[in-house]
Amino acid sequence: MNRRILGQLLAPLLAAAVAIIVSSIALLIADESPITAFKAMWSNIDGTGAIILIVNRAVPYYVAGVAVAIGFKMNLFNIGAAGQYQLAALLAAAAGAAVSLWAPLHIAFVFVVAVVVGAAYAAIAGILKVWRGVNEVISTIMLNYIAIGISAFLLSEPLRNDLSGNLAATRSLPNSAHLPALDRLFSAIGFHLPGGVSLDGFLPFAILIGIGYWLLLNRSRFGFNLRVSGANPAAARTAGVNPKRMILITITLSGAIAGMIGLGPLLTEEFNYGDQFPKSLGFTGIAIALLGRNHPVGVAAAAVVWATIERATQPLSTIGIPQEIGVILQGSFLLAAVIAYEVVKRWSDAAEARAAAGRTPDVPMAETAIAETGVATT
Amino acid sequence: MTVAVETARPTATPRRGLSRTTTMWIGVLAVVLVVSAAREIADNPNLTSTGTFGVMVRTAAPIALAGLGGLFAERSGTVNIGLEGMMIMGTIFAGWWGWQLGPWVAIVGGILGGVIGGLLHALATATFGVNHIVSGFAINIIAPGVARFMAGLLFVDASGASIDGGSISNSPGISSPIGRFTLPILSGGDLFGWKSPDPLGWLEAREWFVISDVAGLLHGLTTGLTLDIILTAALFVTAGYLLWRTAFGLRLRSAGERPTAADSLGVPVIRYRYYGMVISGALAGLGGAVMVLFANRYQEGQTGGRGFLGLATLVVGNWRPAGVAFGAALFGYFQGITLRTSPEKLVLALLLVASLGLFVAALLAIIRRQWIPVFGFLILAVACGWIYLIASRPNNQFVYITPYLVTLIVVSARGQALRPPAQAGIPWRKGMQV
Amino acid sequence: MGGDGAGPVSTAVATPVAIELRDIVKRFPGVVANDGVDLTVRAGSVHAIVGENGAGKSTLMKTLYGAHRPDEGTIVVDGKERHFRSPADAIDAGIGMVFQHFMLADNFTVWENVVLGSEPGNPVHLDIRGARRRITELAERYGLAVDPEELVSDLGVGDKQRVEILKVLYRGARILILDEPTAVLVPHEVDELFASLRDLTAHGSTVIFISHKLDEVLGNADAITVIRAGRTVGEVDDPSTVTSHQLAEMMVGSELPSPETREKTVRPEVVLEVRDLTVGVNSSEVSFGQLATGDAASQSVVTQASTTSEATVPATALRAVDRVSFSVHAGEIVGIAGVEGNGQTELVEAIMGLRDATGVVLLDGKDLGAMATLERRVAGIGYVPEDRQRDGMVLTFPIWENVLLGHQGGAPFVKGGFMDRGAIRDRAKQIVTEFDVRTPGIEVPAFTLSGGNQQKLIVGREMKSEPKVLLASHPTRGVDVGAQAVIWDILRAARAAGLATLLISADLEELIGLSDRLLVMLRGRIVAEVDPAAVTPVELGSYMTGATS
Repeated sequence: MNRRILGQLLAPLLAAAVAIIVSSIALLIADESPITAFKAMWSNIDGTGAIILIVNRAVPYYVAGVAVAIGFKMNLFNIGAAGQYQLAALLAAAAGAAVSLWAPLHIAFVFVVAVVVGAAYAAIAGILKVWRGVNEVISTIMLNYIAIGISAFLLSEPLRNDLSGNLAATRSLPNSAHLPALDRLFSAIGFHLPGGVSLDGFLPFAILIGIGYWLLLNRSRFGFNLRVSGANPAAARTAGVNPKRMILITITLSGAIAGMIGLGPLLTEEFNYGDQFPKSLGFTGIAIALLGRNHPVGVAAAAVVWATIERATQPLSTIGIPQEIGVILQGSFLLAAVIAYEVVKRWSDAAEARAAAGRTPDVPMAETAIAETGVATT
Repeated sequence: MTVAVETARPTATPRRGLSRTTTMWIGVLAVVLVVSAAREIADNPNLTSTGTFGVMVRTAAPIALAGLGGLFAERSGTVNIGLEGMMIMGTIFAGWWGWQLGPWVAIVGGILGGVIGGLLHALATATFGVNHIVSGFAINIIAPGVARFMAGLLFVDASGASIDGGSISNSPGISSPIGRFTLPILSGGDLFGWKSPDPLGWLEAREWFVISDVAGLLHGLTTGLTLDIILTAALFVTAGYLLWRTAFGLRLRSAGERPTAADSLGVPVIRYRYYGMVISGALAGLGGAVMVLFANRYQEGQTGGRGFLGLATLVVGNWRPAGVAFGAALFGYFQGITLRTSPEKLVLALLLVASLGLFVAALLAIIRRQWIPVFGFLILAVACGWIYLIASRPNNQFVYITPYLVTLIVVSARGQALRPPAQAGIPWRKGMQV
Repeated sequence: MGGDGAGPVSTAVATPVAIELRDIVKRFPGVVANDGVDLTVRAGSVHAIVGENGAGKSTLMKTLYGAHRPDEGTIVVDGKERHFRSPADAIDAGIGMVFQHFMLADNFTVWENVVLGSEPGNPVHLDIRGARRRITELAERYGLAVDPEELVSDLGVGDKQRVEILKVLYRGARILILDEPTAVLVPHEVDELFASLRDLTAHGSTVIFISHKLDEVLGNADAITVIRAGRTVGEVDDPSTVTSHQLAEMMVGSELPSPETREKTVRPEVVLEVRDLTVGVNSSEVSFGQLATGDAASQSVVTQASTTSEATVPATALRAVDRVSFSVHAGEIVGIAGVEGNGQTELVEAIMGLRDATGVVLLDGKDLGAMATLERRVAGIGYVPEDRQRDGMVLTFPIWENVLLGHQGGAPFVKGGFMDRGAIRDRAKQIVTEFDVRTPGIEVPAFTLSGGNQQKLIVGREMKSEPKVLLASHPTRGVDVGAQAVIWDILRAARAAGLATLLISADLEELIGLSDRLLVMLRGRIVAEVDPAAVTPVELGSYMTGATS
């Protein structure tokens, strides 16, 4: 069992090494010293303040990663998380700004709107797949662009806040819909966070989402069906899983969580949806899910790593090092990681199979599948 | 105890009804008639004007190249989600080399950029067996970063100041424009310095039913074409020949249809999957180069999802080069008319096309007794809602969406007649039993 | 004609030996497939290799064909010793293999399939006309009628086989190996095939074919080699001197297995009744379609979720299952014999609700109607699928999670939508103990188990949920002798306790030994019901292949 855990860590470490090498080469091409760069990067993430910033950044990444991971677990590629969360954030912001309720209720209201919009938009792709056999990669990508257009339209007139000046944005959420930063909560119970930075108020929700994901996946029947459908669809079918239902529910669920991606920024920072609103979170979610291998904890680790790289490389331009090195690090890490995962998996599976075969003595076969299929079925 | 045995002789089911080619030509005729009628009734020459078709060609070319790239990849067994990333690699290399050495070198650069992406994808999928979609997405994520990094190195100097008008998000202009070509004799092009007559243009201006529309189409396809577009067209023809009339093409396709059979006959499947992916990357990169040449520079975000649209054209085009070209042209056409027509005229025209088209569809449904009418009504509902929205608000957002929506509808309608390569997307290793 | 492996009696003129295999040994992890096999094939002859399923015939032929290398032994072709590193080497030596499962690209035309890898013409131009011409030539010369331009997916089974033969002939094969060539052919196609093979030998080629159909072998072969349990146990140079019964004895190794005399446990209650069950060839299959490749492969992007099945039956106008009716009583095992591909799979899937069908399925008198698969399982149907790795388990999941597979419909494992892991683990431990599953624990992934232990796990899983009826499809396929015996004991004990079992198998020993009644399925119909105690292998074989007796 320990060997498996070691094996799990081996792949990311290998990938990290490759990423560092590739980035170093890129830096050398840019006539910069890798040593200086990495030292600077380290100093950028050193310190509690930096760690808090990293965590804040990682929160929406994590939610995005989970949203996408749910689909990935079943080989459903919900690339449309981007469009889903944008529409959800926009409509939730507009709806939230239109009412005024007691704080917890208000926030819950915003939540519900976001989740429903995300789920509904994702369901379109699900219906198209189940009914017309349209592959969800294509349909969700098209829907993404359509969502961009719809958002732009809605933002240009119906939902636009006339007071926002040159930038288009919805009306701001009233204070009752603001999620307090965590350090206010902490200081309320007498615990002070250092560094002068506030911890993202959406963090507890992200943690809850993660726990919910874990529970769903490993403790619920639906999660079992989901995992089986992803690992061996033929066996899932034989075991009585209804493919159409699974596909539809999974995509909708993925969209529902995607709807929550924008809630973090919306409720803690932006308080409205406009041109300023972060737009690339959906796409990042895909990378995070891939890196984290769709595992609740893995995705969290991936989100933190991703955010760390960003935090480490953003200030680099002040010392003359192109901050794009961060994207090179991220991208090469991702590619190396997916390759490493595959390689390590094959190696460790082969080792386990050999170990098992070694235990079994040669026995004459009464009936062997080899004769039938040519593949030994041990 | 004799058992009566059925001696049904297995024979191939004879093709019922009309042949596929005939059906296709009937479809084409129907579309031409419908669009022509719409133009007449709505009095909107832009539906079939040279200008519109010109935009169609320019818009379609990069998408078509991406689609052709996707075709080569899938035909050889690998799904290439990374087309977008490879296109981006193409744009940055084309912008860089084009600025330094001119348009034709830009094309070479674009191809090279795409090939690099293709090799990476092939390495991950064919050699290491990584899931095709996963690997493709990794390429898509890494490419913009590489592009931005290179732009930072090449187009700005060490202090961040622009070199020659470049910046981190765009390159300086291409050093010289690429040549243009207009077909002589028919479309008024130059023939050794003599400006030839322009019969097609003349016909188009007459606004005669069908004839002028067809003339407009032909004129638009043969006027003012930049040489890279012509290269693109040539590549499409070559692709068809390569895939279906050479041994290389046969082996390539076998790697995607039944790799185990190919392997049993001595075809090196993994190697051919590499070939397919390299060609795929090259074509995507070329698509990027075409975009750079049209914009006269590299711009960040230039590709705007065309790589993915290329994948959509595969579905629309049933994995054949001609079909891919058609799918791209469809998208380009919609881009063309929405850009060149005022909303009011567009409304009327679309309404007419929609209703005429639905009429035809209803006829087909009656013949085939399928539940297409249900689908048709849905489209009708969407179309009407669409038109209302466009008509009442003179702005661009819905117009922007139209091509994507049309693609989505066409992809959904395609349904059961598709014939993708049988083993596309399934990683293959020696000894597999597929 | 003895089983002593003595060399052939020399005929007057020493005909040259085309193939000689000596002492071939081939091992796979945990299994010895070939344990010292000898084979001598004379040039210009039609040579049959017979043996039961699993005797090692296909493995031997794969060695000869170059698909893998033998661990020990020699291969002599036309007098020269050879070492084949790949099928290409074997092709160079003039050996061509016609696979049982065709290696054809459905979307390609006939000529494309035939010339692939050996294309005529130069690199920039494929000589399509030349290819078509040569193929037509070959086809006419050997009586293998086929249209080069036709798409393989439009061809019937007999035609596809002809294409496979043409493939090897096109490459100049002089020695042809056919693996169970008549498995899916109708009788007059069989006649056509053997006529073509005769044509081939008349032109000097040598033909080796593998079969387990004794009538065919006796009627068409010039010489026969019998293989059992990985060894050569008999060589017959003059088939006219043996009877099929003697051959059968050699194959099986002794007298036919006699069903053990035991007390009849059959009870009068009918548990499962099937009436007029019909499954069309293009039946809708509940499936994930092209999504269906899971962890081991990626999904194909631009394909559709298929809602029509890929017909496992040849593309003919016949139905996969054609108005089948039968019933199974409590305490009874009803066996279904038949060559694979005659509708057995579809029948079982229809009963399980995995395939659309018309007709009636009654469980304890209740019409299952349109009940979904999971409901049917909960109602009391247990299922041991024929392809355990594909349909019966998730190899990467731990053993205890595999125990949940198929039984996640409700109690006792699922309460309120949540898994009761304790209960599942307990059940897993019980199964492992009671059904002799050899494993270090229940947390290890299923792929570490050997085939036999995997099967015991699956059988145990189904049994422990106390079904009313068990559908067992090839329950001991790919399983070692020890595990096979255990599974048979399990089935017998369950029968004695009142379980109704439908047993599908290609293993005659299993069918005869376990069944109380034996039905024979051919082309979707039940064509015979026989008494396992009284039927002879020849009779059974005739029914299974549709030959007149």
